[in-house]
Amino acid sequence: MRVTMTVNGEEVSREIESRLLLVHFVRDHLGLTGTHWGCDTSNCGTCVVWMDGEPVKSCTVLAAMAGGKEVRTVEGLATDGELDPVQQGFMECHGLQCGFCTPGMMMTARALLDRNPDPTEDEVREAISGQICRCTGYATIVRSVRWAAEHEAAANGTAGNGTAGCPAHPEGGAAADGAKEEVR
Amino acid sequence: MQVPAPFEYERATSVDHAIGLLDRLGESARLVAGGHSLLPMMKLRLTDLEYLIDINELHGELGYVRVEEEQVRIGAMTRHRELLESEELHAVFPVFREAERVIADPVVRNRGTLGGSLCQADPSEDLSAVCGALGAVCVIRGPEGERLVTMDEFHRGPYETAVGHGEMLVEVRFPLRAGGFSTFEKVERRAGDWAVASVAAAVWLDGDTITDAGVGLAAVGPHTVRVDGITEALRGQRPSEELYTRAGEIAARSCDPATDTRGSAEYKRHLAKELTRRTLRRAVARTGKV
Repeated sequence: MRVTMTVNGEEVSREIESRLLLVHFVRDHLGLTGTHWGCDTSNCGTCVVWMDGEPVKSCTVLAAMAGGKEVRTVEGLATDGELDPVQQGFMECHGLQCGFCTPGMMMTARALLDRNPDPTEDEVREAISGQICRCTGYATIVRSVRWAAEHEAAANGTAGNGTAGCPAHPEGGAAADGAKEEVR
Repeated sequence: MQVPAPFEYERATSVDHAIGLLDRLGESARLVAGGHSLLPMMKLRLTDLEYLIDINELHGELGYVRVEEEQVRIGAMTRHRELLESEELHAVFPVFREAERVIADPVVRNRGTLGGSLCQADPSEDLSAVCGALGAVCVIRGPEGERLVTMDEFHRGPYETAVGHGEMLVEVRFPLRAGGFSTFEKVERRAGDWAVASVAAAVWLDGDTITDAGVGLAAVGPHTVRVDGITEALRGQRPSEELYTRAGEIAARSCDPATDTRGSAEYKRHLAKELTRRTLRRAVARTGKV
């Protein structure tokens, strides 16, 4: 069957088998190997891409199901060679060790910040709770996402301190936002 | 690499179209909604189908939560995230948000649907217990029109429902009555896991008398979406610790858990008892009166 979709803003069309999974479509057919393929059972979350603006686990979505949809992968995060604040945050705060889970983590973090620009530590942990990192213990990942939130707030002139470095403790931003936990 | 066996893919554009396809393609056609239960089964060759009918386009038609005067109607394609975030639903049935917060993880909840969960009929699936506790009625549509079945009749056992050939679940209805309170408790090994045991409880009170109650369990037997006998034991009674314990004992007796990597049958039976007590206690405490 033929499937046509928009991937990172570009229309792509390929002849595929209907049983092809989206993760293999982006990696093998489009050569976008930033999306990693891990557990194959929708547990680890390393294959997260966006479909029509929402993170999905692409090892459990058929490429056919993405037909006609907008797909965004980690390759679509940077704009004109400039890293997304989430990508920058993972660099600044060392939100990775082996890096295998990083693309999926960043896609979920970007979606979180789009919906909730100032998430508490608990909200970040909740958002990435379907994704497994075997190296960092999540502390630096949470810090990376908070870095991105603070820098975006500063860039938008809404709050925060864009010149601050990586917060020493991930709890730093969470304490003041504790009241928000109720709405999780 | 886990890849499903070959099949033909069809995309339905309306409920009538989906039913027409099911009717025409026969027994080896299956509907796929979110796909997060069915696709893993296909990868593991636990299911055998020739045609897969994608009904995600039906979200516009079947993705809704409508709180009416006497009932709540939820479309079968309503996604877990929408159930979690619906303030309207939370106001009348807080049990939904409590359950949804611990069903899989946020990314999976973006795709999974109420109808998909119920039709998968996995014995460990939490929403079936919620629907059982609330006395839900399932609306099944086929070529001949619609028919209604209670949640208890809908869920026939592991992976088996009342949905017949050429039919699909389109809506779930929940009677809305005054004085109702509901809660959910789940024990899981880690975030996003299937339950070791979970319990949904709902009680309706008039003053300090229980007028109705329902308890549904998940993961502790093939068919525990609504525990027989608990409603009768609670109806007309005043809430008390002794009553919650009695209900817990009925729940423990009614379930049939299996020993597996999540725990021993004995431990799960203990959880069924204890979680039933806790959910009933918490539901009644919500009234603020007793």
